[in-house]
Amino acid sequence: MPEILERRTIKHSTLATTTHVHAPEEVERGRLRTEEMVLNMGPQHPSTHGVLRLEVVLDGEIVVDVIPHIGYLHRCFEKHAEALTYPQIIPYVDRMDYISAMSGEHGYVTAVERMMNVEVPEKVEYIRVLFAELQRIASHLIAIGTYGLDAGAFTPFLYCLRDRESILEMFEKTCGARFLYNYMWVGGLSHDLHPDVLGMCRAFVKVNRETHTEVNNLLTFNHIFVERTANIGILDPLVAVNCGASGPMLRGCGVKWDIRKNDPYSIYDRFDFDVAVGSNDLGTLGDAFNRHWVRMLEWEQSLNIIEQILEQYPRNDMTDVQSAIPRRLKAPAGEIYSRTETPRGELGYYIVSRGDVKPWRVKVRSPAFSNLSILPLISRGYLIADLVVILGSIDIVLGEVDR
Amino acid sequence: MSQHSIIERLRGKFGDAIGAWREMAEGSEYQRRMGSYLEILAPQSLLDICFFLRDESELQFDSLLLISSVDNADSTLSVVYHIESTILGNHLAFKVTLPADDAHLPSVTSVWAHANWHEREAWDMMGVHFDGHPDHRRILLDEDWPGHPLRKDFKEPAFYHGMKVPY
Repeated sequence: MPEILERRTIKHSTLATTTHVHAPEEVERGRLRTEEMVLNMGPQHPSTHGVLRLEVVLDGEIVVDVIPHIGYLHRCFEKHAEALTYPQIIPYVDRMDYISAMSGEHGYVTAVERMMNVEVPEKVEYIRVLFAELQRIASHLIAIGTYGLDAGAFTPFLYCLRDRESILEMFEKTCGARFLYNYMWVGGLSHDLHPDVLGMCRAFVKVNRETHTEVNNLLTFNHIFVERTANIGILDPLVAVNCGASGPMLRGCGVKWDIRKNDPYSIYDRFDFDVAVGSNDLGTLGDAFNRHWVRMLEWEQSLNIIEQILEQYPRNDMTDVQSAIPRRLKAPAGEIYSRTETPRGELGYYIVSRGDVKPWRVKVRSPAFSNLSILPLISRGYLIADLVVILGSIDIVLGEVDR
Repeated sequence: MSQHSIIERLRGKFGDAIGAWREMAEGSEYQRRMGSYLEILAPQSLLDICFFLRDESELQFDSLLLISSVDNADSTLSVVYHIESTILGNHLAFKVTLPADDAHLPSVTSVWAHANWHEREAWDMMGVHFDGHPDHRRILLDEDWPGHPLRKDFKEPAFYHGMKVPY
């Protein structure tokens, strides 16, 4: 049991019988003639986190089936990528997973560098990992905050956005952009780290650790929130692997799988951190609550990584962050699959090159796309009010689902 | 089990259905591991190969990472499967090449449920037909969209439902 849980004296009863009244078990079926109803949820619905339409088949209040309809935000990134040179693609990558654009960029530049065998200076790697981890916290803050909103808690959202603001300020100071950065380039960065950022970062970690405890107290261990999210949307670990779940969705089922550990990239092998997994302490392994809980734990781990970066960062290294950028970006003929761990899970790029300045084919394995495809499986049999909570726990970004 | 011994196992079981192992001749360790692929010559035995890869106790490829489709611009399409074993940590990619005007493959949804949406996307974007798919519809584009956009010879229509398309 995590330490923070033990300090809490309240124990919630989250047995399935108290949180959940499964009507099919309670009502004797066949005595009442029921009729199925089809309800359209979205595309303009606040809790679909973007333009997603869910076709929900209902029997009374019970969800019989959910059919997600995606593509409202489709821009055919993959077709665009075939007409652009490798560095020109980076701004398009930003606009896929727009909540965590730095992580997306990190994945893309890592893929191209692996393809072209580019060696990146150590200082650049440190800045990249620092920003990727800050972005992970920023993204989880949005996920946790809006998840509170979905469940009816407004205050934690404001706390989360306040802390996210400090992260965006650091990004803004360094590269001028707050949301869509075009910051990581193949072989380097667009700007060196702003001299103030390390100090800001140190102050931020201190404040953010307090926010973490605060959000835990306000939201995670809140009786109403636990009752609302525990024991719904349960995903079995074997099914999760078979269905291609990744990120907090997979780790919430207790599967210890993190690309940062299992297939290390950049300089993640230098840092000491744990892979957070779900537990049976509150709720059931693999339920919506555990996905939230994994995000809370990952947030803490990211802070640990940032602290280690602040210690190890080569302050006296005067290397130009653009020194390793190749003059002519021409990938050798061949293909590669490269993946990184973004806040949502395994982001993979499959790039086929024919030795040109433009890629022949780019295919994105988007974690939100794969995670969303599991929604019908985990929401059948629950109440329609729970559907919103289950969907929120997946943490989708429609820009990435539709590409 | 190394990638080479996995391929030997497959050759021993399926014989001529397994083609050449394409490896990047020079390159980093990562490029050799994640940039190589196995050719599969017999699309009709794809499903058996996938079940074998998943269920054999020495292989246990329990996770499908993605299905990609590539237009080779010589009137053939390639479909690439990247699979991984979360238990043993192995990774394998295999490629099936099909004629572009008659692209049919058996669906592997029954092996890995993750294939469902990826196959729908490959149909939508590249026009590969997956036989036996439980829900064979377009996924990102409208049902009545003409053609498959990721084909290299795709021409966008001038008008779609009265709306001007190229801007």
